[in-house]
Amino acid sequence: MSSTQPLLEIKDLRIQFRTESGTTEAVRGISFEVQKGEALAIVGESGSGKSVTALALTRLLPTPPAEFCSGEILFEGRDVLKLSPAELRKVRGGGIAYVFQEPSTSLNPVYSIRSQIAEAIRLHRPEVKDVDAEVVRWLDAVGIVNPAQRMRDYPHQLSGGMQQRAMIAMALSCQPKLLVADEPTTALDVTIQAQILDQLRELRQKFDMSLILITHNFAIIKNLCDKVAVMFRGEIVEFGTAEEVLRNPQHPYTRALIDCIPKLGAHRERLHTIDYSKIPAA
Amino acid sequence: MIHFIIRRLLITLVLVFFISLVSFFIITLTPGSPYPWGELDPKISQTVKDNYRKQFHLDEPIWMQYYLNMKGLFSGDLRSIKDGRPVLERIGERLPATLALNVCAIVISLSFGLLIGVYSARNAGRWPDVTLSVISFAMLALPGFWISYLVIIGITDWFGTPMLGTSTYGTIFPNAASQMLDYAWHLALPASLLALGGIAAQSRYIRASMIETLGEDYIRTARAKGLDEETVSYKHALRNSIRPLITGIGGLLPALIGGSIIIESIFAYPGIGRLGYQAVLERDYSTLVALNFITAALVLLGNLLADILYAAVDPRVRLE
Amino acid sequence: MNDEFLSPGQRMMRRFRRDRIGMIATACVAVLFVVAVTFGTLSLLGIPFPADPNLTNLEVKLRPPSAEHWLGTDNLGRDVLARLLHGAYISLSVGFVAVFVSLAIGVVVGAVSGYFGGWVDNVIMRVVDAIMCFPTFFLILTAVALMGPSLINIIVVIGLVSWTGTARLVRAEFLTLRESEYVRAARGLGQNSFAIIFKHILPNAAAPIFVTAVLGIPDAILTEAGLSFLGFGVQPPQATWGNIISDGKSYILDAWWLILFPGLAIFLSALAFYLAGDALRRAASSKSETQ
Repeated sequence: MSSTQPLLEIKDLRIQFRTESGTTEAVRGISFEVQKGEALAIVGESGSGKSVTALALTRLLPTPPAEFCSGEILFEGRDVLKLSPAELRKVRGGGIAYVFQEPSTSLNPVYSIRSQIAEAIRLHRPEVKDVDAEVVRWLDAVGIVNPAQRMRDYPHQLSGGMQQRAMIAMALSCQPKLLVADEPTTALDVTIQAQILDQLRELRQKFDMSLILITHNFAIIKNLCDKVAVMFRGEIVEFGTAEEVLRNPQHPYTRALIDCIPKLGAHRERLHTIDYSKIPAA
Repeated sequence: MIHFIIRRLLITLVLVFFISLVSFFIITLTPGSPYPWGELDPKISQTVKDNYRKQFHLDEPIWMQYYLNMKGLFSGDLRSIKDGRPVLERIGERLPATLALNVCAIVISLSFGLLIGVYSARNAGRWPDVTLSVISFAMLALPGFWISYLVIIGITDWFGTPMLGTSTYGTIFPNAASQMLDYAWHLALPASLLALGGIAAQSRYIRASMIETLGEDYIRTARAKGLDEETVSYKHALRNSIRPLITGIGGLLPALIGGSIIIESIFAYPGIGRLGYQAVLERDYSTLVALNFITAALVLLGNLLADILYAAVDPRVRLE
Repeated sequence: MNDEFLSPGQRMMRRFRRDRIGMIATACVAVLFVVAVTFGTLSLLGIPFPADPNLTNLEVKLRPPSAEHWLGTDNLGRDVLARLLHGAYISLSVGFVAVFVSLAIGVVVGAVSGYFGGWVDNVIMRVVDAIMCFPTFFLILTAVALMGPSLINIIVVIGLVSWTGTARLVRAEFLTLRESEYVRAARGLGQNSFAIIFKHILPNAAAPIFVTAVLGIPDAILTEAGLSFLGFGVQPPQATWGNIISDGKSYILDAWWLILFPGLAIFLSALAFYLAGDALRRAASSKSETQ
């Protein structure tokens, strides 16, 4: 593996959904790369295709409605779309791990936190002897107080913020190369949001892990991400470093999105909204 | 957990009361002669009628009758019209056989229902599921007496083996084991036929529940962790889908006991179903009241046990 | 080809029509209906077509299926096919009318319970729980036996005992729908409870109620068959599917046709209703096709 080979490479990916009401193209030929240790933000509104892209990375999309029309998803040089089920399962969790938007429904309600994290560890790191100690270690790393006791709790006994931390712990405990966080803080209180994002930044630096952060909120990417991809209706309309895109957005849609962020101290009477008629047809 | 059980017990007591009301009043309020023989039958003298009225308190106000009937039932004093024996005694000697039959049928229903339901859910929408669906409805649509007769004709005609009753007539068994085996043989067929509808119903419940569960977020998380489909289905999805199976027991029990009536009659199986049918033919009111009450009470008990079982499986219910 | 502009009812009909099994089942139900009505009328008018179902002829008793008697004869020499056809309307009328009765009771009870809530709901639901504990067949058998078996009695008793499932369903629908925005809006506009129940909530609950009704018909048919078989159905000489089998009980090892054909009729009718009802249920549900 050469040192310049990207960790993740998407080439001209096309995904469509076939339902009884017709066929919709969700992702229309996108391409991008993520290097080792890099953090990429994928920004867009609902329906832009960002979540579909995220789930596509390990083929987590239910394939009756979803169809992969064309393109490649190269993780560590191998095309995910062509992997056998057994190989795919190794990538899931061990290579690419996920943190989802709704922590309250993303954890199985009938098993304890300990049991769910332990399951992940035993699957991807069978060499670990003391699994419980590992669980405690990771819960501690994400900032959960009293981890040895809390791990025996059931998901519904934890607050939203703690549930999300537990999910992050579960994802990281497999020591993945890439963490995909799909709107990890959208369902949480604003005060907790900042804590979780700080935690993510710390963990990323500590473990030199790549990160893909999916969000519709431009405001949170500044300190966290190196590069930004802006998605609109299934296409990437802008791509660049976080600095560039934020300071000098090229595409009108990006500009509109950035304008939507309320700024403290700005003298403005109305919040900006996006006028879709002004955006060039994709 | 204790609180949960106590609460359920209290509700159960209230229901027992309602059940007793229904059992009694359905017999009393149903239009028709209160005597087991025709009103104008000249062979029955007035004295016999008077004695009958006295024994069964027919001249008392209806609330009194209810009270006396229930008292008699619980104390064992309520007697059958047919042979004057206490109703509880008559039921008692037949109950174990019916219980054996029904417990067998429940086990068959739950296990096959679970297997078929989970398999259907995992293959939802594809042809194995569609076929199993049609087969399930076919099992529900089968009249019990019809399939029983067809099976009996088939087996006795082609295999020449005896199967009615609980043991092969006129056989002396060398030891307990072979007697048990014979008993099991006689139990297997009626229990299986009785369970057909149950298998169908339970498999539909599980299938629907599993399909819903498999769409939940935490299943996506389980897959994202790299777990294989079997673990996802059986470890993660199944435990969350069991609720309808256990609630389904609530509907299964009365259906099985009701179905027992016909199955027991056809297979000459000495259970309370057959007793009930005879009581209906003979207009043995006391037995009818008692049977209706006891069967409903058994179902209630079954539901209570099922609820406790469910609380054991789902931690959220316990901690309420 | 877009669905967006169809009403929920139209969408449901479209999905239903695409369901092959459902369509076949519905066709069978339609055929059954036509047969029952036609031959039922003939029966009530006393017209012996295709043969007289009540004509006894001991010289041809217990004959297997043949050219003169397509489905054979029973122990009194009566033609089985004629009896089957002339008895169809009994099974179907019990099916439809009993379900109608149980629906009427169930909807009212469920609506009251679900809409008003509180202690009313609690008491009603305890009563429903209690009734659901009873093995319904035994309850029905007891009542019919004591009242005397006639078509009306059977229909009424089945209806009076089977409403509990519908009541629970309707109550559940009401509990959810009662909290919806449009109900609050209606209340805000000052409409009274009655109007709200009938104009707003009920139409939205209509689909599941209808599905329950269709799925309840085969249950009623099977119950009637069971009663008939035990001798407590509509009495001879009127033929019913159940009593043909019942009469044939004593001859089962010799005259298999007395068991097979009536039972097949019951089975296929019930199956057709179940499959049609299930297809309706799937068409009405807003979930994906894998439901």
